[in-house]
Amino acid sequence: MSNVVDARGLSCPLPVIKTKAAVEKYDEEIEVLVDNNTALENVTRLAKNKGFEVETKKNIGGEWQIFIHK
Amino acid sequence: MDRKDWLVVCTGLVIGVLAALLVKWGNPGNMGLCIACFLRDTAGALGLHRAAIVQYLRPEIPGLILGAAFAALIGREFRSKGGSGTIVRFLLGIFMMIGALVFLGCPLRMLLRLGGGDLNAILGLVGFVVGIMAGVEFLKRGFNLGRAQNGSLAGALIMPFIAVVIVFLAIYQPVFNAEAGGPIFVSAKGPGSLFAPLAISLAAGLVVGFLAQRARLCLSGGVRDYALTRDTYLLKGYGAIFVGVLVANLILGSFNLGFANQPIAHTDGVWNFMGMALVGLAGILAGGCPLRQLILSGQGDTDGGITVLGMVAGAAIAHNFMLASSPDGPTFYGKIIVIIGILICAGIGWVCREA
Repeated sequence: MSNVVDARGLSCPLPVIKTKAAVEKYDEEIEVLVDNNTALENVTRLAKNKGFEVETKKNIGGEWQIFIHK
Repeated sequence: MDRKDWLVVCTGLVIGVLAALLVKWGNPGNMGLCIACFLRDTAGALGLHRAAIVQYLRPEIPGLILGAAFAALIGREFRSKGGSGTIVRFLLGIFMMIGALVFLGCPLRMLLRLGGGDLNAILGLVGFVVGIMAGVEFLKRGFNLGRAQNGSLAGALIMPFIAVVIVFLAIYQPVFNAEAGGPIFVSAKGPGSLFAPLAISLAAGLVVGFLAQRARLCLSGGVRDYALTRDTYLLKGYGAIFVGVLVANLILGSFNLGFANQPIAHTDGVWNFMGMALVGLAGILAGGCPLRQLILSGQGDTDGGITVLGMVAGAAIAHNFMLASSPDGPTFYGKIIVIIGILICAGIGWVCREA
C-alpha cells in the first residue's frame, strides 16, 4: 500500500498532523504506523471525528497499524 | 462524551479540588500544585539556587513521576523512548521554566490562580494562547525535532529512580553541609516554608500523576489541538480543572477576586503575558506543558526526562541570575531573558524543520 504514514517515534502532535495531511491528500485507505498509546488514541480520535471508519492492529514491540477507511 | 472524555473531565476535577485542598492543608496560596514552582523549590532544597524563600523538597514532584510510572506499568505503556533533539529539549525546558517564573506559575497554576480569583492570570492565559498559536504555525510549517528511538531499560528507570531518592531525602531531611544549613535546605519563611504534610503531598502527587498519565492531560495540548483539528478532548481537562478549583475555593472560602494582593503573583500585565507566551511557545515545541513532561518522564520517555532536567536547570538559572519575578513584579534581567527566550525558541521552531 502506498498511503502509509510512518509516525513512529514522533512526539505530539506530529502523528495527528501527518495523518490529517494524508487524509486530506488521498482518497483511498490510509495506514498509519504509531508506537505509543497516546498517538494511537489521538490518530483514532481524529479519524473518527472526521467520520471515517478505523481499524487497528497491534503488532509486536508495542507498535500499531491504524487503517483509516474513507 | 465518551469514556475517555469522562476520564479527562474527572482527572481535571480531581486536580482542581485536590489543589484547593492542598492549599488548605498548608501549600502556598493558589499553589496547591504547580510544576514550575515545585521543581524550583526542589532545586532550591538541593542548593542548586540559594533563594532562601523558595527551598523545599516538594513530595508532589516524585509523587507525580511515580504515579505516572505506576499507571504506565499497569497500562503496559512503560517503555524506554528518547533521543529526539535531546539538547534542544533541554534548552526548551530551561526557557519554559524561566517564562513560568516571570509569570509566577506553570500553565496548571495559571488555571489554579484563575480559579482562585486572581485576574492577573487572565493576561497570562492570553499570552499562553498567543505563544501556543505561534508554536502551531511552526508545526504547520514542518517543525520536527526528529524521531525518538527505543532505548535501554536503564535509561527509562533514571527519572523514577531519582523520584525514589527524593522521597527518601524528603523523609529523612539530611543536612550535608551543617555550616551552610543544607542541602537539604528548607525555607524558614516565604513560599518554601508553606507546605502540606509530607504524606498528603506525596499521595496527592501519586493520584494526580496516575490520572494525568491515563488521561494524557496536557495544558498546552488543549489549545493546540483545537487550533489544529478542532479537537476539544484536552480542552475539557482545562475546563474541569478550573471548575474543580473554583468550586472548591468557593466552598473553602479561599476565593478572592481581583488583581491586587493575590498570593505569589504580581500585577505587571505585560510581563504576565510575555512570560506565559514564552511558556506556550516552548511547550508546543517540546511537545507538552511542564506537567506532561513530568508525566512522560515517569513512563520511560527520556526526552520528557531531559526536558524536566532542563526545567530544573532553568529554575536554578532563573534564581541565580535574578530572572524570576517576585510579588513586586518582574526584574530587569527577567524581561530581557524572556525576549531572548522567545527569539531563541522562534529560531528553534524555524530551523528544526523537515526538508
